[in-house]
Amino acid sequence: MSNTSFVRNEMLPPAPPPVSQTGLVKWLRENLFAGPLNSALTVLGLGAAIWLIQAAAPWLLHSVWVADSQNECRAIVQERWGPDATGACWAIIRARWHQFLFGFYPMEEYWRLFVTFAGLLLAILPVLATSLPRKLLWGSVLYPLVAFWLLWGGSVWGPILTLAGFGLWAAVFLALQVRLGVVVAAGVGLIVAAVFWIYGVDPIETGLQSVLPFALPEVDSDQFGGFLLALVIGATAIVISLPLGILLALGRQSDMLIVKSLSVGFIEFIRGVPLITLLFTASLLLQYFLPSDTKFDLILRVVILVTFFSAAYIAEVIRGGLAALPRGQYEAADALGLDYWQAQRLIIMPQALKISIPGIVSTFIGLFKDTTLVAFVGLMDPLKGISTAVRADINWKGIYWEPYIFVAVIFFIFNFSMSRYSMYLERKLKRDHR
Amino acid sequence: MSEPNTQAARAQMQVSDEVAIQISNMNKWYGQFHVLRDINLTVQRGERIVIAGPSGSGKSTMIRCINRLEEHQAGKIIVDGIELTSDLKNIDKVRSEVGMVFQHFNLFPHLTILENLTLAPIWVRKVPKREAEETAMYFLEKVKIPEQANKYPGQLSGGQQQRVAIARSLCMKPRIMLFDEPTSALDPEMIKEVLDTMIELAEEGMTMLCVTHEMGFAQAVANRVIFMADGQIVEQNNPHDFFNNPQSERTKQFLSQILGH
Ligand SMILES: Nc1ncnc2c1ncn2[C@@H]1O[C@H](COP(=O)(O)OP(=O)(O)OP(=O)(O)O)[C@@H](O)[C@H]1O
Ligand SMILES: [Mg+2]
Repeated sequence: MSNTSFVRNEMLPPAPPPVSQTGLVKWLRENLFAGPLNSALTVLGLGAAIWLIQAAAPWLLHSVWVADSQNECRAIVQERWGPDATGACWAIIRARWHQFLFGFYPMEEYWRLFVTFAGLLLAILPVLATSLPRKLLWGSVLYPLVAFWLLWGGSVWGPILTLAGFGLWAAVFLALQVRLGVVVAAGVGLIVAAVFWIYGVDPIETGLQSVLPFALPEVDSDQFGGFLLALVIGATAIVISLPLGILLALGRQSDMLIVKSLSVGFIEFIRGVPLITLLFTASLLLQYFLPSDTKFDLILRVVILVTFFSAAYIAEVIRGGLAALPRGQYEAADALGLDYWQAQRLIIMPQALKISIPGIVSTFIGLFKDTTLVAFVGLMDPLKGISTAVRADINWKGIYWEPYIFVAVIFFIFNFSMSRYSMYLERKLKRDHR
Repeated sequence: MSEPNTQAARAQMQVSDEVAIQISNMNKWYGQFHVLRDINLTVQRGERIVIAGPSGSGKSTMIRCINRLEEHQAGKIIVDGIELTSDLKNIDKVRSEVGMVFQHFNLFPHLTILENLTLAPIWVRKVPKREAEETAMYFLEKVKIPEQANKYPGQLSGGQQQRVAIARSLCMKPRIMLFDEPTSALDPEMIKEVLDTMIELAEEGMTMLCVTHEMGFAQAVANRVIFMADGQIVEQNNPHDFFNNPQSERTKQFLSQILGH
């Protein structure tokens, strides 16, 4: 017994870990040289990085910012860095940045773009930061119409009457909701509103305009381009495709056969064809479906189809989120007496959307980049449309890299911000502590 | 366990003649599978009924028919004078009168405990928020966890979550409570805290239907035990006679298995 008993009289002080287990040495060993394969990859990676830098660094270091043409750029580079030197010619961006950003929007009306963009930031603030008073959201809801008026100009009565159409929709919905149910009431409301928008708005607008003429100079859709166009299409499609996607996802799960088949058909059809096909449809076909005298702008048509495209993807992403919810959540909501829409709004969607955030944001980022495809129907997207237009100038004829890099950097800033915001949102909503 | 006879006598006193639930000739199928066969059951207001039976015998399905989480295909179910048909209004009315506690709690993980409790009163009963919160705190005190009000469900132990789930149902001031194996997902040391809450509720005269394997609970509070097998009610009796003098072979076999003698 005595040899198993033990009493410690002196306590040990804490000692530092061995050198090989701390600091730079440990980090290097664990991350870069953990084994022969890892070491080989490290060396290869380093080699590739060095090669890339060697190839690009002189070109970037020899940047020229002030010049009137590509030839002048070249002359400056050769004069400064020798006859064989190459250098980036950022002078094109200096000379044409406004076209990359705003297309051919009239310069004297640029203030409207700045106001619209500032308004956009103000309008998304209450959506992104949930700590602000909820009442501010009404401003965000009205913003699109204000933006529409600022961007395209024309009589102020157009957007107001459009808003009235939404009011009509809501009124019909509220009046019929109890008697006909949510889905049918919303459908009837939409039809009434559409008839008003197509046949009612124009004559009333003309009438009101002759009595109370408030108008901004009109800007034609042809003059839109660059990131202005990408943002108009991207932001509108993002804002509308989320609720539309939610409805489609719910429709796909519905017990009502018609709602279900329409949703499935819509989703599968839209996902099954390339976006470019839809864009061609927008530019060629849609005219035939609508009364020939309606002023139905190409940008608007493209926005509608891009929205549909993204809504179909969003619907599937959200369906994944819905599938991840345990049945018990639906049952608990039912057992408490919540009706279908209450259960969706208060219990199901908050959880399903949270699960779907990464997928939703990926779809939005993809959508924003896909706005460059509108070049195929003759719109001035920043990448192809504007770059080509700029190169049509004899002074900038052979310049390729610089515009592309400039456009890529701006896209990156937008998309990286979206990605970061989604990660912030995920962390903030992480509440289940599991 | 105290004297069963006095238990039963005390229990009998609180039962009124008013019918709370009337199930007659009820049948249900899952596809071709006849899961509930000719169920007849009358529950008096204030009765505490324990439902027992082997796995797959249709216990859950039966009590889930009472608040129409499952639909029955033949026969009648009348709850609080309202017949359950496909009429959505009646279903919602019944659901707001009938509370249900699930095996896996089914709390809403994205809402705090307090929000879990106030949600249905605010949206279904249209109770003002302040009042709903007072009611919620009252029931949280009752299940002895008022200090957890602002936590999220994921931060609570299983026993605490189940007591929150009970409180959440009580906040709707239901006249009938359904329990589907409320303690089966819990560790042994948490079972007692949940059972204590349920016993307290029984003593206040709540009409309760409880699917459970806790036979001690059945003996302490039930005034009727129902034994189900193969989708049918095989035997029902007061707990004393049910446990000491079972009649059918199925019941005897079942009891010997779960009581281990
Ligand atoms: N949605 C369903 N579709 C088809 N069959 C089902 C469905 N739900 C349950 N069943 C079947 O119905 C029978 C009764 O199920 P129920 O859940 O009511 O049994 P239970 O008595 O509650 O069993 P347990 O003690 O295991 O909970 C079982 O055989 C089960 O497999
Ligand atoms: Mg069960």
